[in-house]
Amino acid sequence: MAHHKEEINSEKETIHHTRRKFFKISTALTAVALIPSKILKAAEDNVDEKVAERFEKQTLTLEVNGVQQTLSVEPRVTLLDLLREQLKLTGTKKGCDHGQCGACTVHINGQRVLSCLSLAVMQNGKKITTIEGLAKGEELHPMQAAFIKHDGFQCGYCTPGQIMSAVACVREGHADNEDEIRQYMSGNICRCGAYPNIVKAIAEAKQKGGV
Amino acid sequence: MRQIKIKVMINFNYVKPSTQKAVTDTLGKDATAQIIAGGTNLVDLMKRGVTAPEKLIDITGLPLKNIEQQKGFVRIGTLALNSEVAESELILKKFPLLSKALNAGASPQLRNMATVGGNMMQRTRCSYFYDTAMPCNKRKAGSGCGALKGYNRMHAIFGTTENCIAVHPSDMCIALVALDAVVVISGKADRRIPFADFHRLPGTNPEKDNTLQKGEMITAIEIPDNDALAKNTVYVKVRDRASYAFALISVAAALDVKGGNISAVRLAMGGVAHKPWRLTAAETFLKGKAPSAENFKQAAALAMKDAKGFGHNNFKLKLAPNTIVQALTTVSTQA
Repeated sequence: MAHHKEEINSEKETIHHTRRKFFKISTALTAVALIPSKILKAAEDNVDEKVAERFEKQTLTLEVNGVQQTLSVEPRVTLLDLLREQLKLTGTKKGCDHGQCGACTVHINGQRVLSCLSLAVMQNGKKITTIEGLAKGEELHPMQAAFIKHDGFQCGYCTPGQIMSAVACVREGHADNEDEIRQYMSGNICRCGAYPNIVKAIAEAKQKGGV
Repeated sequence: MRQIKIKVMINFNYVKPSTQKAVTDTLGKDATAQIIAGGTNLVDLMKRGVTAPEKLIDITGLPLKNIEQQKGFVRIGTLALNSEVAESELILKKFPLLSKALNAGASPQLRNMATVGGNMMQRTRCSYFYDTAMPCNKRKAGSGCGALKGYNRMHAIFGTTENCIAVHPSDMCIALVALDAVVVISGKADRRIPFADFHRLPGTNPEKDNTLQKGEMITAIEIPDNDALAKNTVYVKVRDRASYAFALISVAAALDVKGGNISAVRLAMGGVAHKPWRLTAAETFLKGKAPSAENFKQAAALAMKDAKGFGHNNFKLKLAPNTIVQALTTVSTQA
């Protein structure tokens, strides 16, 4: 137990130390390892005026799933973090956070993109659709229904990204056959390996129409 | 104790100028400013702490998106998206090779974000460049090269120095160098340079990827009309998985045959050098000759002169000529 307590203390110290170090070196522009919320909290507390100035937020207007949102963000906030942390739309998943897995796929002005590599400030005035915006009330979007019918997932973590990508794939006209679906869905990784069923779901949704 | 380490982008100033001049003025004055458009590479690098610009200049408000036919060439604005170029009717008709190369790169989501200029400006995916705990002359001049005696399976076989064996990662650029594209650059004065002169070899300063000067930006790409290069084209990309991976070796080929002999041929290779690698010697050899298996083999051998492996990437010394032959065989079958 004592040992456990010590660990907690040392963790606190590490975080505290790192935070102080961050403010010291932030003007020298060194990247640091930190927990985002801690940095935000520190900035809000005005720990260091110079730093606070660097954290100046920008106003941003977005339409998210048909709802107009006026928000205030730091330039470094990604669209993914904005959706999840500020708007509490946690359907969009953070997988790799580096543009390699596709779990964060959303539509911006109807085009599928990766929200983890999109800076929120650059999306001013745009229309964003996330997985939460697909269904009409209780009625599932045809692609959602097809994924359920064909068991197009196992753990489900990649599924929101897969479905957003799949909807765009069909709308773009890149779902004519299985090879094409596989090629144009290759930006969405499923580590459970549900690919055969994902492909079936997309092929059927495309065939049935209404996507 | 296991420390919680999450890399976070350091903050920066964000500006979105409405004129090209404001962009180049800011770039000229502020050494820590960088342009952002699609952000697919830059945001990743910033998250990993590989780069840390103090100011980001968002150029997406500038009118540099058009893809249009001009007299004698097609002009593609720097902000045209990779997906827009790949699917443009004009490009599909006149430069299918470019379309094929673009569609072989990244994923649909990334192609919907990445711009032409950004594609050219992307940094190497050398893992030692990305890992800030490792030495890398490209990331930090003078720190050494981790790849030289490290895990260098993805690395270059042409134009290397002991300072850097990284490869340029783009597919689009391989097609553009084969098509003799011209880069339109704006700064204090506007200038045009051959695509082949845009990217550079590492030499003693691998931290510089290209020949862009301070205060300059890419505004467009111009590809000269050439019907002979639209007939038979292929982009062969050999990679670790069927899609969505960087090239181990890629070959862009365009070929035309008249009277049984090769009347026009273009060849360029990716995944082999610090810049898009045009195979000029092989092209010169093939011109006027019959499109035969023997000639293709000889052309590939010529292209491989001066190639050098570094251990893990020795397989490229065989894979590269085989890919050249495969590409040439494919285009000659179309002819």
